[in-house]
Amino acid sequence: MKFLHLVLANLRRHPLRTLLTTASVALALFLFASLRTVVTTLQAAAQFGSARRLVSTNATGIVFTLPLGYVNKLRTVPGVEAVTWANWFGGRYGDTKRFFAQFAVDPESYLEMYPEIALPEDQKQAFLRERSAAIIGRRLVDAFGWRLGQDVTIQGTIFPGDWTFTVRGIYTPTDPVINDDMLLFHHDYLEERLHNPGDAGWYVIRIHDANQAAAIAKTVDGQFRNSSAATKTGTEQAFNASFATMWGNVSLLMGTMGFAVVFAILLVTAKARMMSARERTAEVAVLKTIGFSDRTLFGLVMLETAAIALTGAVVGLGGAKILYRSTNFNAGGFLPGFDVTGATLALGAGVALFLLLASGLVPAIQAARLPVVQALRRVE
Amino acid sequence: MALVEIRDVDKSFQRGAERIEIFTGLTLDIPEGSFTALMGPSGSGKSTLLNLVAGLDRPTRGAIRVAGAEVSSMTPGQLAPWRARHIGFVFQQLNLLPVLTAYQNVELPLLLTRLSRKERDQRIRIALGVVGLDDRMAHYPRQLSGGQEQRVAIARAIVADPTLVLLDEPTGQLDARSSADVLQLLRRLNGEFAKTILIVTHDAHAAEAARTVLHLDKGTLIERHGVPA
Repeated sequence: MKFLHLVLANLRRHPLRTLLTTASVALALFLFASLRTVVTTLQAAAQFGSARRLVSTNATGIVFTLPLGYVNKLRTVPGVEAVTWANWFGGRYGDTKRFFAQFAVDPESYLEMYPEIALPEDQKQAFLRERSAAIIGRRLVDAFGWRLGQDVTIQGTIFPGDWTFTVRGIYTPTDPVINDDMLLFHHDYLEERLHNPGDAGWYVIRIHDANQAAAIAKTVDGQFRNSSAATKTGTEQAFNASFATMWGNVSLLMGTMGFAVVFAILLVTAKARMMSARERTAEVAVLKTIGFSDRTLFGLVMLETAAIALTGAVVGLGGAKILYRSTNFNAGGFLPGFDVTGATLALGAGVALFLLLASGLVPAIQAARLPVVQALRRVE
Repeated sequence: MALVEIRDVDKSFQRGAERIEIFTGLTLDIPEGSFTALMGPSGSGKSTLLNLVAGLDRPTRGAIRVAGAEVSSMTPGQLAPWRARHIGFVFQQLNLLPVLTAYQNVELPLLLTRLSRKERDQRIRIALGVVGLDDRMAHYPRQLSGGQEQRVAIARAIVADPTLVLLDEPTGQLDARSSADVLQLLRRLNGEFAKTILIVTHDAHAAEAARTVLHLDKGTLIERHGVPA
């Protein structure tokens, strides 16, 4: 610690340069953490789902519906415990461009199927009782200032017209992967306004035994193979994963971008450290003359780089963690549960260590190996 | 008794295909407690000799002993702590670290010792007091005159109480007044504190301050005479 003032004094030699180098490391690690968190959030979303829940969609594609009449047949399939269904609504609120998802659901069976969507019992009962009622996620309250009992009018895009719902409940997801800015309303209400077409967007099936998932999915699909709307049934996890893959190979893209940013900053940092070391050739020679060993000088230069890398890591990684958590960021509902994980912070710390070693080693070795006589002759 | 023993030392440099001989068979003793000035024209090998004695450079052949230690055969790892303990070095210029105050510059050699903070503080204050700069402790080199900078460098050279103080053209960049102050300080260090001093200089006044003057020319010791105290 007695060398600390020497390290700090050298960092203060060019305060602006030190500040900019530290800021570039912080920015690189902030971006790295952000891009990495996109990947981890998508992965978490893809892995979300109970092993006991299956999703059955139209085999032609998810945009095609299934007959509502399938529900009774599904309930009779051996091993099936419960069935619910939902439709994508795709509406818009006022002239706002803020996106949020709306689903028409069978209220009772849907809330029973998803205990992760938690809301007070009185609000739940109020929602179940009223055909035009809706429940909303906590984030929509923050975004639009909606409150219980308020009538909310949504403009339909797939189902044209103004659709007015009364907010009867505000839910809080118990699992962060579940979006907290959805609006759920009665499927019956949708059916009624559309004059009972009898369509469901997809079915969610709860089974007794997760080990029977493949067999039950096969039975379900076999049952409707020759019907007008064949089904494609799989686990909820596979269903969610299929959405993640709709983004393409996001993991590879984000990972590549993250490491490209880090590499660019590595070059900036290394150049700054080399410049700093070159300017101090004479001083290093003086320190060697005083009796500073090669090892001590190596350590001092590495400590300087470490101070920059550590400060950058704390600001960049800590900043990402605090910023996304405090703003409850979810990319407009596309990345629910967006939170910088401990693993990402650890990986970021590893990247900071790599930056430290890669940018600090060369100037540190140069300082340690500097021949005093030649160095003094060079500056005289 | 000789503090520095230089025995049959050769030193040469290779510059491309050319081999430049600096010394051939140089033998010299520097007694303990002496104040010796080494004079000679540029290229005569004065600074090279100083670097050899400080262990900053190695002789091509021969032996150099300082206080009984064979400097010329030490490894770099052994030389660093040895220098910290036995050598105080003052250059003509670029002595001080510009980012440190006078106090912190003088503290540098003590950072390599096991002294406590309090003990370091006492020594620094004494050293800066000896060179008459105890009122400039918090000043940075840019806030000091050239003479004051050299005096801080001398304070740094003596603060760890080294066996030998080496100075390479310490008055080369100073005006007459500052030069006289520095030389008076060196005489005091030698007379009052019994420091062994070896100074390389072009300056006749600097040589006059010394008790012994050696003349080097083309790597050969051509004259040696004592100066009355």
